[in-house]
Amino acid sequence: MSANHPSPGRRSSAKLPSKALTGIIGFDEITGGGLPRGRTTLLAGGPGSGKTLLALQFLVHGAQDCQEPGIFVAFEETAKRIVANADSFGWRLAALRRKKLFIMDAQPMPELVQAGDFDLSGMLAALDAKIKEMGARRIVFDALDIVLALLPEPAAIRREVYRLHEWLLARELTGIITVKADGNDAGAVIGQLFGFMQFMVDCAVILSHCVLLGVSHRNLRVLKYRGSSFDENESPFLIGNSGLEVAVARTPGRVDAKVSKERVSSGVKRLDTMLDGGYYRGASVLITGFSGTAKTTLSAAFAEAACRRGERTMFVSFDSDCTEVVRNLASVGIRLKPYVNSGCLRMISARSIAGSAETYLVRIKTLAQAHGARCLVIDPVSTWYKSGNDLSAQSVADRLIDWAKGEGLTLVCTSLSDEMSNRMESNSPLQVSMLADTWIHLNYLVQAGERNRGLSIVKSRGTAHSNQVRELILSDAGVTLSDTYTAGGEVLMGTLRWEKESAERAVHEAAEVVTKLKGVKLDAEEAELAARLKALQVELVAKQVEKALLASATQSRKGELSRGRTRMQELRGADAAKPGRKSS
Amino acid sequence: MSQAVMFKFRLYVAADALNSAQALGNLTALCRRHLPDRHEIEIIDVFREPKRALADGIFMTPTLVKLAPVPSRTIVGTLSQTQLVMQALGLEALAP
Repeated sequence: MSANHPSPGRRSSAKLPSKALTGIIGFDEITGGGLPRGRTTLLAGGPGSGKTLLALQFLVHGAQDCQEPGIFVAFEETAKRIVANADSFGWRLAALRRKKLFIMDAQPMPELVQAGDFDLSGMLAALDAKIKEMGARRIVFDALDIVLALLPEPAAIRREVYRLHEWLLARELTGIITVKADGNDAGAVIGQLFGFMQFMVDCAVILSHCVLLGVSHRNLRVLKYRGSSFDENESPFLIGNSGLEVAVARTPGRVDAKVSKERVSSGVKRLDTMLDGGYYRGASVLITGFSGTAKTTLSAAFAEAACRRGERTMFVSFDSDCTEVVRNLASVGIRLKPYVNSGCLRMISARSIAGSAETYLVRIKTLAQAHGARCLVIDPVSTWYKSGNDLSAQSVADRLIDWAKGEGLTLVCTSLSDEMSNRMESNSPLQVSMLADTWIHLNYLVQAGERNRGLSIVKSRGTAHSNQVRELILSDAGVTLSDTYTAGGEVLMGTLRWEKESAERAVHEAAEVVTKLKGVKLDAEEAELAARLKALQVELVAKQVEKALLASATQSRKGELSRGRTRMQELRGADAAKPGRKSS
Repeated sequence: MSQAVMFKFRLYVAADALNSAQALGNLTALCRRHLPDRHEIEIIDVFREPKRALADGIFMTPTLVKLAPVPSRTIVGTLSQTQLVMQALGLEALAP
């Protein structure tokens, strides 16, 4: 290693990890840390499959974040065009190009005449000089097939590929060689070259791009990786706003990470009660129902409640424009505008995102991460399997839920049920219901010329929940739930429920009147009796008085009589004295 | 009239690589035969002057550049296909 290399270069063999991070979301996970350091990676793919972009992103990440300057050898596109393309991803190549990134224009001139054998040692000599000058650690040979195609014979091609490979290994550069390959043109020179290079390199990655039912699908697959385990499956990826984003199938380490017992409000008081306090924090909630059963409203109620708690929330609508959603919800008392204005709530109109289910998922992930969302509403997820996505939609839904759980996000998804299959049990769209923690089903009940909305909780893991159907009522005051009546085996809703309620109220009122009347009557009787009692008591007293008077009158008369007799005896001077008087 | 025209060549070689040596041999033979006393050949070894190769945009060796007369021409390879080389250099008329 030359003494001209700056310190990062000399540190490399001893301390740096054996892999070089690419900075591509998902790709570093698949490969367990990036591309093999100091080795060569073959990147193959058809036209427009994203090879140049992946390779360039690898260099930009190295130069920007890893202190590893890089060289891009451009056989196909001019440096000017590469820089222009990179600028659309927000990579500031202009600043990097001054010191840490060198783009070498190596397009063969169109008027170039090839006469006889030649080799690439001129280029490698020039690169050697440049590597020493800037201390480059990473290098990309973009569209090597273009220059190799100029060589007169297959043996010369092999010789130059070997030369390049040896050169790369000797300099311990982490290199990417991109070649065009569709995989099915094995007979062509490029096909042969591709097959032979696959054996030579330490890591091979294949990019593919296909269109299924009018929807573009991009996939990435690591074909080989010497000395390392890797995810062998095809991983969908997309070209996002800031470069490549690879969808990682699973992040098993994180799935069980955050389990919370905390409850968060569903935004509907009665529903919280039915759910024994609300949804679990970090749970995935599925709201299914036909068109117009207030799925959006119910999910928006959750979003509003989250914002009221001050939690950053993202609402992804596949149905209509954000402003429309906000306006429509305001009519049922769900006011999201203040939260949108304050930045707490991010409304995304997903109709503006075109592409496969993968595209949606990755975009949603990126946006949610950028927003720092704790609560996420997707309305509805069923859109995913309506656009030629049947196969991938399921795995996308799985990953959505896995990801939300890993992030501790509370996720509310709505899903449109098929009007044809009327039985709720047969509708488990996307089988999200299998993975969802809580499944709320909304339904219409057509009865007595009315359609009324019914809500039932199909399942809710880890929660004692009500098994009754409730009537969902929307008014300008918001969403409320009301008890339904079961009469004669039928659930009554709407007017029938109201009639039933009125009837019960009438019966109740009548009963109350009767009771009151009875009370009054008894009061009267009681009063009457009391009055009678009083009269009798008075009479009794009168009788007693009379009786006492009588007694005393008798007594006094008796006394009078005896006194009178004595007086008469005295007056008459009677001799026949009484024994009593004689003694006195 | 063509007698007066001077041919200026620049040949980029990779040290003493076989194909570079072949190119030089083929070029001098061609010049001696068809352009006696009216050619100049400048030889640049990319290993000794890599910065120059980089600046000139030379990535394959050997590469022959005809600087004069205009239009300039670039030919890569050992120059073993004489017919083709003569054609490319605008010397068809001189060909046998």
